[in-house]
Amino acid sequence: MLNVEGVTKRFGGLVAVSDVSMTVAKGSISGLIGPNGAGKTTLFTMISGFERPTAGRVLFEGDDVTGRPPEALALLGIARTFQIVQPFAGLTVRENVAVGAYLRHPRREEAFARAEEVASLVGLADLDRPASALTVAGRKRLELARALATDPKLLLLDEVLAGLNPSEIRDIVPVIHAIRDQGVTILMIEHVMQAVMSLCERVHVIANGRTIAAGTPAEVVSDPQVVEAYLGQGAAGRLAGRAVHG
Amino acid sequence: MTAYRSILLVVLGLAALPLAAPALVGAGIFAGANTLYNLMVFVLIIALAAQGWNLAGGYGGQFSFGHAAFFGTGAYAQAILQTRYGINPWAALVAAVALGALVGAVIGFLAFRARLRGSYFALVTLAFAEVFRILANAAPITGGAAGTLVPLDVRWANLQFASREAFYYLALAFVALVLLLNRLVERSRFGTYLVAVRENEDAARALGVDTLQVKLKAITLSAAITALAGALYTQKFLYVDANIAYGAWISIEALLAPIVGGIGTVFGPLVGALTLIGLGEAAKVAIHALFGSAIPGVDLVVYGVLLILVIAFAPRGVIGLLDRRAR
Ligand SMILES: Nc1ncnc2c1ncn2[C@@H]1O[C@H](COP(=O)(O)OP(=O)(O)OP(=O)(O)O)[C@@H](O)[C@H]1O
Ligand SMILES: [Mg+2]
Repeated sequence: MLNVEGVTKRFGGLVAVSDVSMTVAKGSISGLIGPNGAGKTTLFTMISGFERPTAGRVLFEGDDVTGRPPEALALLGIARTFQIVQPFAGLTVRENVAVGAYLRHPRREEAFARAEEVASLVGLADLDRPASALTVAGRKRLELARALATDPKLLLLDEVLAGLNPSEIRDIVPVIHAIRDQGVTILMIEHVMQAVMSLCERVHVIANGRTIAAGTPAEVVSDPQVVEAYLGQGAAGRLAGRAVHG
Repeated sequence: MTAYRSILLVVLGLAALPLAAPALVGAGIFAGANTLYNLMVFVLIIALAAQGWNLAGGYGGQFSFGHAAFFGTGAYAQAILQTRYGINPWAALVAAVALGALVGAVIGFLAFRARLRGSYFALVTLAFAEVFRILANAAPITGGAAGTLVPLDVRWANLQFASREAFYYLALAFVALVLLLNRLVERSRFGTYLVAVRENEDAARALGVDTLQVKLKAITLSAAITALAGALYTQKFLYVDANIAYGAWISIEALLAPIVGGIGTVFGPLVGALTLIGLGEAAKVAIHALFGSAIPGVDLVVYGVLLILVIAFAPRGVIGLLDRRAR
């Protein structure tokens, strides 16, 4: 479904993403993890067309889509959410979701009907409220609903669980499962490891812009390089030592 | 249907003005029926120009400081097409609107393709209007500094009417039409996209909105409506020069009326135009009564004070205040 081939992004002297390659299989839920500032969001901005890679290619369903603008990619079936939620404050919740739904349903009645379907799937109620009145958890759901309303083939989720409390996370994890079960491929950036473990079939780990591991969640969490990236130099060794002695 | 009922009510209310005219004149508020109708036609023309501005500026968040560029193009087209080319004024009206739309599309294309936003966009529109003003003041085809007079020839076919009410109803019909258009836009995909673009362009693009296309459509439609206002101005006052057509005054009226009335709302421009011009006239009358002579520019002072009051106390304009009252 998605192939990222040797993608690099430089901002002046800073290399935010360096020669990253990854594959996302159709119908899967994949994770993209890594410490803060690793380059995860930057990779998303390139896949979704907001930034052009300095080098490398992005293939979607076998076609080279590198450098196409986001609105064209949305039409092809790539949708993303933003790490910093971006509700359209002047519109109601229903209208916010309809902005997404209008992509495939130009008529108001149909767009609104689709918006309502999607809203109920992600558990958004009270659709006539202004979007600015939503709580953090509500905004995250709105972000998800809007992207989903474009009927994407590939959904890129940038930390939709961040800022939610454990019970809110428990509520939203089944929603993500349900979305996948409707045939949408999902690639998610996530810091909440418990959710990554329970949702993702494959996980790609980057640190300082480079790939350091890839595999099943169980494989990557036991990878010494991953442990070190998260916990610091030598941590893997210390942990292993503790495991032996304890 | 409730979305359209308010428009019907407002338009019917304004259409009833001739019934109230004798009372208003009798009470001494207006010197005569002529004064009243001239003022009300002026209000409607400004409202129309402001309705144009509101579409791109209010709904779309593309603040223009130079809607004079469109108003003036409509005004000059209306004057020049009939005086120099002998084109029927009704046909000229259509051509004036089309030319205004064209100017809007060109300026929009240049500005939006260069990704100008916010104050940069505002300044570029202002610059266009100023350049047009200077050119119109010098070019022979516009009559230069002397301006262009449209000969008086009162005939229906000529878009000049013997009865005072006729032009008022004509202007009102156009304002009503644009109110309706506005409501339709609000309830359409284009209108929702427009607000999305105003609120957050990146989020809109991620959802597949072609923001350049949406902004271009908006500025083109906006310019067409404001050009219609300009053409009506010419037809009402039968004279146009560079300072009327492309002067900063109309850019200011066109943006101030929606802000005062209620930005990004259907009725905002109309309510704002009534408020602005009503209070401006009242101030003139009051000054005249107090000092026995006029102080030029007093209406601008009133506008300034109104703008400050609105920004400080009523960010959603007069409509917002009424809304809050109603709840
Ligand atoms: N537009 C930009 N211009 C310059 N530097 C940027 C830009 N966007 C990101 N960066 C830098 O690139 C690096 C990677 O940032 P990115 O946002 O991709 O990290 P991330 O993995 O998403 O982190 P987090 O988990 O904190 O969201 C950071 O050092 C960041 O400061
Ligand atoms: Mg990030």
